[in-house]
Amino acid sequence: MKSLLATLALTTALTFPGLAMARPVTLTTTLNSYGGDGAYLALYVTDASGAYVGSLWMAGGKSKYYEHLSDWYRATGGDAGQVNGITGASVGAGRTLEITLDLADALFDAGYTLHIDAAAEDMRDSPNEVAVPLTNGGTGSPVAGRRYIASFTYN
Amino acid sequence: MIRALHRWPGLLALALVTVLSLSGAALSVFPAAERIATPQAEAELTVAALANRIQAVYPGLEQIRRSPSGRITAYWFDQGAPGAAVIDPATGQGIGSADPNQVERWLTNLHRSLFLGDGGRIAMAMGAAAMLVLSLSGAALVARRTGGWRQWFKPLRGPLASRVHVEIARIAVVGLVLSSTTALWMTASTFDLLPDGGTQPAVPTIVSGETGFSLDQMPTLQQLPVTELRELSFPYPGDATDVFTLKTDQGSGYLDQGDGALLAWAELTGWERASETIYMLHTGQGAATLGVVLGITALGMPAMGATGLLVWLGGRRGRPRIRGNQPAGRAETILLVGSEGGSTWGFAATLHAALTEAGQSVHVGPMSSFAPERYTQARRILLLAATYGDGAAPASAKRFVDRLNTSDPVPDIGLAVLGFGDRSFPAYCAFARTVAQTARRKGWPELLPLDTINRQSPQDFARWGRALGEVLGIALDLSHQPVLPAIDRLTLVSRRDYGSEVQAPTAILRFALPHTSLWQRLRGVGFARFQAGDLIGILPEGTAVPRLYSLASGRRDGFIEIVVKRHPGGLCSGQLTALEPGDKVSAFLRRNPSFRPGRRRAPLILIGAGTGIGPLAGFVRGNARRRPLHLFFGMRHPDSDYFYGEEMPGWQGEGRLTRLVTAVSRGARPHYVQDALRGEAVQVAELVRNGARIMVCGGRDMAAGVAEALAEILAPAGFTPAALKAEGRYVEDVY
Repeated sequence: MKSLLATLALTTALTFPGLAMARPVTLTTTLNSYGGDGAYLALYVTDASGAYVGSLWMAGGKSKYYEHLSDWYRATGGDAGQVNGITGASVGAGRTLEITLDLADALFDAGYTLHIDAAAEDMRDSPNEVAVPLTNGGTGSPVAGRRYIASFTYN
Repeated sequence: MIRALHRWPGLLALALVTVLSLSGAALSVFPAAERIATPQAEAELTVAALANRIQAVYPGLEQIRRSPSGRITAYWFDQGAPGAAVIDPATGQGIGSADPNQVERWLTNLHRSLFLGDGGRIAMAMGAAAMLVLSLSGAALVARRTGGWRQWFKPLRGPLASRVHVEIARIAVVGLVLSSTTALWMTASTFDLLPDGGTQPAVPTIVSGETGFSLDQMPTLQQLPVTELRELSFPYPGDATDVFTLKTDQGSGYLDQGDGALLAWAELTGWERASETIYMLHTGQGAATLGVVLGITALGMPAMGATGLLVWLGGRRGRPRIRGNQPAGRAETILLVGSEGGSTWGFAATLHAALTEAGQSVHVGPMSSFAPERYTQARRILLLAATYGDGAAPASAKRFVDRLNTSDPVPDIGLAVLGFGDRSFPAYCAFARTVAQTARRKGWPELLPLDTINRQSPQDFARWGRALGEVLGIALDLSHQPVLPAIDRLTLVSRRDYGSEVQAPTAILRFALPHTSLWQRLRGVGFARFQAGDLIGILPEGTAVPRLYSLASGRRDGFIEIVVKRHPGGLCSGQLTALEPGDKVSAFLRRNPSFRPGRRRAPLILIGAGTGIGPLAGFVRGNARRRPLHLFFGMRHPDSDYFYGEEMPGWQGEGRLTRLVTAVSRGARPHYVQDALRGEAVQVAELVRNGARIMVCGGRDMAAGVAEALAEILAPAGFTPAALKAEGRYVEDVY
């Protein structure tokens, strides 16, 4: 059992009022065998200017460790309310986190970037582990992270 | 109550606590090993210089961390590949892998959560709570056993398992309390139950917008010694709005990458500091020596678990298994037992079985558990009470009379008392009589008049059972077979004969120690552990009723010795005095904890006559510590029944016996041991004033005479034998 399947359907994440068009998107994050305890991952979106827009998912249940997801923590001021209801377990080395949620069409090809911050106990903090522009063309193409993430895809 | 609080968490959490303590002990090694293996920074090295050094070697430097052991770790990116290493602060070069130690990681996960996530963490926290309860209740028990907190390290006696248990406990308890309380604090912190979360200052929005200010020019870092550093994170390359993040022992803040200015700073809160201190105390990270000490004390835990289990099993051994014992709150019949050696429990088990078979619901417990307010369904209380010594409560009935006196009688509950004893003693069933009188005076309805069982007689018991059955309207047939303790076959190795000239043929019989297994020695059962003054039960051929003799030797002497006078027509004494070396007898050991010299240094006044010299001679022979011993010994004639006369001069020469005063009853002027006491009245009174303890062994008439003489001698000094007895400074072994 190498792959952890956390499949969720969320309708509330990042929909814009007035722009009701949204589509289900599956985010698949596979970790490499970094040889440590389960990693905390924060998935969130920034706009073209780099400003924080919202969070998509938080893998890791204890808010006292969120400061190690340092970019996310700076952007949100460590506000656990940002991930209220979209929090799951941390992800073990070599395992896969798969989440499905409804993302507004307006987020695609409009300069928005999806970021993942990662951290594991007694290992390096890896803010901006992954940063991928949200584009229709980028769908399905895997991206490698800097330290913990072997591949990340959205489609 | 405290004992229950100690026993049940101990038994229930034994496995959990064992895992906790073993993994904790193993983990305690790592901080110390890390401390030893880590090159320490030179004392005056600043963070500015260190960061500069490391950055010169690793230009893509992202973060520097310092662990409490002083280990510096650097994380960097080099051409898109992440790198990390333990750094030698003297050179800035990497000297080892920064990857977590897999063994330590595995042990840590076992220790804190059994690899079971949050559920496992809660289970382990409960294990820690059990450890805390065990430590505190155990400490209270140790204090009770040693006679108070001030005597915490007083030497102990008792079976080996119990002694080992307490010896470990009184050293390890401090470490265990520390480990378990800090564990509970850390669990609470992990589950966000404490307000000790990180308080980072808000990230400044206004920065210089410049980059590239040299690290070794930053004033904050120039003033910060490496020993206070926790973490320094570098700004994201190419992002002019990003800042340096600095964490130290005092707090955390941000530094501008354009001019090195300190942009924001927040001190650690009191809660954070408390949590960090507790983390250090628990893990030994930053306090490696303490960690190793805690690890060693944790190792005592499995040993205490094993010995504790043995103590518990040993405590159960004296009592027969009661099958289908009902809780006190639901039973119609409450059957309480006051027993010293355990034989009365056997009768209780027989009675319980018979009543249960007759459809009654019966609760059996010790008399010390008497609590009438809990007996909500009870219709009757049956008390089976042995007597200890001269009418005192036996071990399992401690404080019963006090409780009976302070509780109100329940009009619906009838009470019956059955005494167990030996008619040859003046205080025959004295405790049972006291109980019955107290109950009558308090107004408890009498279910049956007081009855007694002489020498564990099955006939007496069956008769009482029929009477009880009549009252209850059931046919109660009690057939009880007394269970004797484990019997050993002892071989006589030598005998010395005395007294035939004075018509009192007496022999000092010496038997070889029977073989005892390691298991027996561990539990201290039977002849694996005994002292002079303990009793030996001899089972003569042709009867199942044992006779008891006082031992004149301890286990350390390497033999079993008794002094036996042949009584005309005496079955047991006849058989014993007829033994020749090589012959065997059946025997068992019965402890006699009330008749022991004790470990104090105060002088002992030993008074005995005839065969009563046995245990007293044993005390003298075992007096390796040269405690002042004054022996008053009464005999008939020095040429005939001066037992141990050959050894006395040697014992005096070695300092084992300070003074010997003999009294000879056959001669021109009959002189008894009480006369000898009167002759030394001044010295005796002086000794008692100085804290001396008096031990008397012999026949009943002699003991009465001695008590009378001592009352006279001590009255001017303001002492009475009764008051000394109450203090435990005057003990008798009388037959």
